Amino acid sequence: MSVLLPRREREALELLASHDGDAVPIAGGTDLLVHWPVRLEERGKTYVDLSALNALKPLRWTADELILGGLTTYWDVIQEPRVRKEFPLLVEAARQVGAIQIQARGTWAGNIVNASPAADGVPVLMAYDAIVVLESLGAREEVPLDRFYLGYKEMRRRSDQLVVAIRIPRRPYAYGLFEKVGSRRAQAIAKLGLAVTHCEAGWRVVAASMAPTIRRCPAIERLLEERAPVRGPDDLLPAIDRDVSPIDDIRSTAHYRRQVMARLLYHDLRERCGWP
Amino acid sequence: MTTLTIAFTLNGVPTSVAIDPADRLLDTLRYTLALTGTKEGCGEGECGACTVYLDGLPVNSCLVPTYQVRGRRVETVEALDPRALAPFERAGATQCGACTPGVVMTAMWVRAHRELLTTHTIRELMAGNLCRCTGYDGIVDSIQTVLGERV
Repeated sequence: MSVLLPRREREALELLASHDGDAVPIAGGTDLLVHWPVRLEERGKTYVDLSALNALKPLRWTADELILGGLTTYWDVIQEPRVRKEFPLLVEAARQVGAIQIQARGTWAGNIVNASPAADGVPVLMAYDAIVVLESLGAREEVPLDRFYLGYKEMRRRSDQLVVAIRIPRRPYAYGLFEKVGSRRAQAIAKLGLAVTHCEAGWRVVAASMAPTIRRCPAIERLLEERAPVRGPDDLLPAIDRDVSPIDDIRSTAHYRRQVMARLLYHDLRERCGWP
Repeated sequence: MTTLTIAFTLNGVPTSVAIDPADRLLDTLRYTLALTGTKEGCGEGECGACTVYLDGLPVNSCLVPTYQVRGRRVETVEALDPRALAPFERAGATQCGACTPGVVMTAMWVRAHRELLTTHTIRELMAGNLCRCTGYDGIVDSIQTVLGERV
């Protein structure tokens, strides 16, 4: 294993470009180190350590956006009272990532590029219409997060690109919901997750652990936009079946996930949507 | 094996150490620097037995590549006042002892940041430290005792 220690963003981008896809950027390490000691294939890898790129650490506000840096951690967000006020789902989700020891190290950008279908940070970012800012030598690309994933662990990030920021539009939200169903309240990986928002731009419904990627649920969103009649959780199942494809795995079953998603959506949205 | 040498502040003392890029902070502390108070439990960021402070925040040292602490501040359980343990012993919140260094590290961090208790419960702040012997009531009770004491 070898590591390269850039001091500035430009240097990091040069290293990523010159290693032709073989160098792996590392920030908080909370995903990468979990299997580090036991996986032999790790030994041949080259890492580009981002931890000295201090300019990527702070989050900042503009008139129209909250911009998370490429190294902004969950704890940075939890500690910012303005985020709690304007984007409460970011704080709610961050507080359910592991516990303080993970929140202090894990980054939002890392959560995006780790591309776990069970991510906790990605669903709320997607429900707030976040945009991923990718930087490479001499070029900047912006990709809406809801179009970032192409398949399981496949995404629109080239190996010479670094996520340097996450842009989140500031809007008055009329509704927000984050649900994480795990085996326990802390230190759990989601059996299923849900993030729902409503603002002038419309409804956003995002599901976690229900498909090969975190994804929006257009059929559910349409049903909410059109105020379709819903008499109980089962009425949501056809839309759920169009939007997601849960599987049986070590953490849960497809049947449980589908049923619980319908029930959570129904009970959480019931009052808001005037369902019986 | 390629080694690199890094410098950081360990328990208030400027320290320089030769490491392998694959070394985790936990390994460097225990095996290179002989600070064995920090324990390895799960080795995957779940149990909190290896909790140390990195620039003042509790982190799992099993998930920190040592090269990332260059130029930064690390504090281990060895830096704590030994009297910090007494309330845990009195409340029966220690048994086999494997989780204790991590528990006490997080608890002392909570004590130093009481303002967190306006938004968080003790249980939420301690959720990253698992104990398989005593149950959590004793641990939470001891922290309440510690928070009540003027030290």
